[in-house]
Amino acid sequence: MNRAAAPVTPAVLATVKIQARGVQVFYGAAHALKDVSIDILDRTVTAFIGPSGCGKSTFLRCLNRMNDTIEIARVEGTILLDGQDIHDSGVDPVQLRARVGMVFQKPNPFPKSIYDNVAYGPRIHGLARNKAELDAVVERSLRRAALWNEVKDRLASPGTGLSGGQQQRLCIARAVATSPEVLLMDEPCSALDPIATAQVEELIDELRSQFSVVIVTHSMQQAARVSQKTAFFHLGHLVEYGDTEQIFTIPRDPRTESYISGKIG
Amino acid sequence: MTTAAFMILLAGTVGAYLLNRHAAEQIRNRGARLHSLAGFHGLYGALLVAVPTLVVVLVWLLVEGAVIDRLVMSGLPAAALDGLGAGERQLILSEITQLAGGRQFGQPQPWVLEAAARMVRLRLASDVLLVATVLALGGGMAVLAWRRVSPDFRARQQAERIVNGLMVFCSTIAIFTTVGIVASLVFETGRFLAMIPWTEFLLGTRWEPQMAIRADQIAAQGSFGVIPVFLGTMVITVVALVVAVPVGLFSAIYLNEFASPRTRRMVKPVLEILAGVPTVVYGFFAVLTIAPALREFGAATGLPIAPNTALAAGLVMGVMLIPFISSFTDDALTAVPRSLRDGALALGATRAETVMNVLFPAAIPGIVGGILLAVSRAVGETMIVVMAAGLIAKLTLNPLDSVTTVTVQIVTLLIGDTAFDSPKTLAAFALGMLLFVVTLAINVLALRIVRKYREIYD
Ligand SMILES: Nc1ncnc2c1ncn2[C@@H]1O[C@H](COP(=O)(O)OP(=O)(O)O)[C@@H](O)[C@H]1O
Ligand SMILES: [Mg+2]
Repeated sequence: MNRAAAPVTPAVLATVKIQARGVQVFYGAAHALKDVSIDILDRTVTAFIGPSGCGKSTFLRCLNRMNDTIEIARVEGTILLDGQDIHDSGVDPVQLRARVGMVFQKPNPFPKSIYDNVAYGPRIHGLARNKAELDAVVERSLRRAALWNEVKDRLASPGTGLSGGQQQRLCIARAVATSPEVLLMDEPCSALDPIATAQVEELIDELRSQFSVVIVTHSMQQAARVSQKTAFFHLGHLVEYGDTEQIFTIPRDPRTESYISGKIG
Repeated sequence: MTTAAFMILLAGTVGAYLLNRHAAEQIRNRGARLHSLAGFHGLYGALLVAVPTLVVVLVWLLVEGAVIDRLVMSGLPAAALDGLGAGERQLILSEITQLAGGRQFGQPQPWVLEAAARMVRLRLASDVLLVATVLALGGGMAVLAWRRVSPDFRARQQAERIVNGLMVFCSTIAIFTTVGIVASLVFETGRFLAMIPWTEFLLGTRWEPQMAIRADQIAAQGSFGVIPVFLGTMVITVVALVVAVPVGLFSAIYLNEFASPRTRRMVKPVLEILAGVPTVVYGFFAVLTIAPALREFGAATGLPIAPNTALAAGLVMGVMLIPFISSFTDDALTAVPRSLRDGALALGATRAETVMNVLFPAAIPGIVGGILLAVSRAVGETMIVVMAAGLIAKLTLNPLDSVTTVTVQIVTLLIGDTAFDSPKTLAAFALGMLLFVVTLAINVLALRIVRKYREIYD
């Protein structure tokens, strides 16, 4: 990998959580992400918007090295988490993923009980010393995901038996349970009805108090509602990045402008 | 001449097709609206000619030989066959047939020569008659079909009905064969159980079927307790599964989750080759490699190891079953959606944790189904055990001992001196019936489990 390209200064501002410089992604010969550099802030919701296929998910997967699991994918460039290069040989992708959690577009609960779904992360990372602590973690996570009241009486029933919105909140609880520092969400509401969407958005707003949240969304209203920072991607480029309000009111790039006004995408 | 009959049939079929299609096109060209497309009129004509004529030809060819033989034999001088048994008549008939075919041995008697000449004449007559029949029937059907061509004739429906009938006929062949096999099994088992009470058969613990068939043979009174035989099958099956399940499972998991694409490309075909090895070759392997190795091991360690151990047969059968289990496991793992894998990995699970905690539980029903199917194959496997297992039924669970299996017993019961009214021979059918019931039950169970798990992710 060639990561000497851009000079990188360790994050001096405590508020910068992730610093990406010159990130390129290739799927085989296809160049899917072109030279993306961005600073993602701590305790902030950052929205990635842009037309389908522009590389939002690809970039999101760079941040927790999920692209490693795609055989043909190749990542170049530097990504620092708290100033440390996540591609450093000393960084274990498994540990990285415990720090950078991810919620997927389609709810993907494990075929286990609701309890075991949420307890899975804490168990494999040894976050709870005993059953009581684990119980506490599970309850706290389910409460944060606004699911506790609905499932507290059937923690032993399978997670796959919940409704779509509940399943997605279960997946969020599952991701939250490992106490990540960054939470990546790839179109988390695209399979949800409006009520469940509203619940998840409320939840994202709460999560901001503790985590850095990055959310990919197709809905510009959603981006405007939940995020403080917005990044607009187009054809593999990061076109514009700034405060959400600025992006949606006075975009600097004409491409951003036409996307927001519904002309492209 | 038979070839000529078939050529005529083919020509008639094509002819009827063209004739009818042409007739239909003529009607259309004159401005009438056809109910069916011209092609369907053609198809109807072709089917009407081909199906009945083909049936007649096939039946003719089937019975022709027997009819001619009988005519020839009944035409022989009465004195020639006096006092001859069935076997000797058969000899005379085959001499005549040889002569008629132009192969002469020694100096046949004049009446044999004359019979051979008559056989040749009869065959010729039959051939001519066949061709004439084909011509008449095919032509008649073609004319019949042609006269039906009219604007209103529903040629498509009629042709589809005939094709439909053909398909039903073909599919019932399989069904009737199965029913026939089961019926004969049931029937023979019934005869067996009329001689040996079912309590003795199912609950008896001694299996010594080598009883006297003829009065002049010296043998023990047979005893037909099936338990030791089934126990032998069970011991070998268990040994085979102990080998096949872990090896098959782990190789599938490794190939699916850990191996690099290159390794996978190389190893998978090898596993498939393993599945293609004929069981008789596995049998060699058991007899010539595994069994001597075990014997030497026994001699070296002082363990009492029999020459034909259940262990040798079971080990090799296990090797045979490895690709079976691994391919089922592979399917089951592949059927687990990628999103589950990603979900676990994104939580910071290692590959091993992902496999063990998430993929494997999700794949278990499919794997269990595969294992059950492997069991039913192991129970029914014959060649390896015939070569490598013993013949004497012993009431033992020790894999180092010699045991026999249901399939081995069926084979030995039907080899050599057999008489189809002795319990010794009929016992083979009873064993077969029992085997059939057991494997059927296992298969049904396995398929139900497999189907159930398929529904989960669809
Ligand atoms: N696993 C993959 N293999 C090959 N190409 C991929 C893969 N994932 C994404 N791509 C390609 O990369 C580009 C960006 O995709 P993606 O990041 O999923 O876009 P978005 O999430 O913005 O809709 C697309 O052209 C897509 O076809
Ligand atoms: Mg996407």
